Amino acid sequence: MAETAVQKREAIFAFGKKERKLLTDPLNDNNPITVQVLGICSALAVTTLLVPSIVISVAVIFVCAFSNLITSLLRKSIPKQVRMIVQLVIIATLVTVVELTLKAYNYDVYKQLSIFIGLIITNCIVMGRLEAFAMANSPWKSFLDGIGNGVGYGVILIIVAFFRELFGKGSLLAGSPLEVKIIGATPEYFINTVENTMFGWYQNNNLMVLPAAAMFLIAVLIWVHRSKNTKLVDIS
Amino acid sequence: MHSTIRVYLFVLIMTVVVAVLLAGLRELWKDRHEQNEAIFNKKAVLAAIETKLGDDVKASKLPDLEVLSIFDDKITQKVVDNHGQVISKEDVESRGYKGGLAEHVDMKKEKKKPAEDRIFPVFIYDDNGEKTYIISIRGNGLWDEIWGNIAVKDDFQTIVGASFDHQGETAGLGAEIKDNPAFPKQFQGKSLYDDAGNYTSVVVKKGGVRNPDYEVDAISGATVTCNGVTDMLYDGIKYYMPYFNSISKS
Repeated sequence: MAETAVQKREAIFAFGKKERKLLTDPLNDNNPITVQVLGICSALAVTTLLVPSIVISVAVIFVCAFSNLITSLLRKSIPKQVRMIVQLVIIATLVTVVELTLKAYNYDVYKQLSIFIGLIITNCIVMGRLEAFAMANSPWKSFLDGIGNGVGYGVILIIVAFFRELFGKGSLLAGSPLEVKIIGATPEYFINTVENTMFGWYQNNNLMVLPAAAMFLIAVLIWVHRSKNTKLVDIS
Repeated sequence: MHSTIRVYLFVLIMTVVVAVLLAGLRELWKDRHEQNEAIFNKKAVLAAIETKLGDDVKASKLPDLEVLSIFDDKITQKVVDNHGQVISKEDVESRGYKGGLAEHVDMKKEKKKPAEDRIFPVFIYDDNGEKTYIISIRGNGLWDEIWGNIAVKDDFQTIVGASFDHQGETAGLGAEIKDNPAFPKQFQGKSLYDDAGNYTSVVVKKGGVRNPDYEVDAISGATVTCNGVTDMLYDGIKYYMPYFNSISKS
């Protein structure tokens, strides 16, 4: 009796090939941003700096994973007629928890992200996964799927933010204790464009600060991704 | 019928669980939230006198404890009315601001009242006898409200510094009033009066400054926001004039 219980538990938290695929698939073949082109709105808006991008990525991973988990746990009891509303309430609750936590423990980032935290609710990735995956799969698988998709989204966000901050502001991780100032016109920068004659021509690219830059960067990422991964190319 | 009841029941239980959870968390962190907000606002006040705090000091980067200690040691808070009279703590509290200090006055609420009923916060920074008066102003930008803190020297003519913030101005354009440190920096040393002694406030001017005494450069592409700043400065500082006059007379 006890043995079967242990076996059953192992089955619930199994981590085989299938489960690993749930985590890695959204990173490559099924990336929410570069393949499914979901969640673009926030990818354009928050990626001017690295720190808010990282925070919003962590928040999306959290919301995605736990909303998937909760929806999957409830999937058999959620009445069909109101399932979208129930999903929305689950997401909104988790997002509000994130918002309250940030407001209590990191007020500066909370102010910086302001409405974008609330906009996680409307992030199509989250609801898309609930509807497409969590409503039909076991809690553990759904949880992994949520983490996978959150990470797949976050990775792209951080890559975009890296380039935008580097070329737009000349720094990395601005606003955090780990801030690195790389290129700029004052002595505190690693490459000082005033003293270093080789870089005297350098100016920060103001386009990088505007949302349009993220559009170009994401397009380039999609291009690179497709040229590396032949499965994504539509030959028909 | 049976399933309809089930739907109602499910939604009802879900709503109750969610409401209790969120209300509980909010209540649990209420003090922390209020404290964070107060420190954030205090940093905005200190941003106007950044130059007085020492070289290379960024008010937004100051540790929380230091912000509080500057406020405790060097800043006196006063609340004045439209006629320049200082209002007592109890009177401020009776107007619905718990605590009764200048930092508790909500300019957003005050802006909605008719001009003669409004009250205004004043923060007096005392640096070994040299006083700087920091006042709060609020106006309209392009999309939503803009606000700021202006530090005035004790001659009540010269601006020491300014800090601005906004609700929803366009990033990269109107939002530059806050994001670009060069914009508020322009206000340092500007005069509130022209040569003839007429009140001009400070004008944010498009297409080049002609009177460097009381004009600063506008941000290109953000004309409406910049005009909003001009209007906000003109009206906002004017409200404090009776108070300034009453001090300089005495």
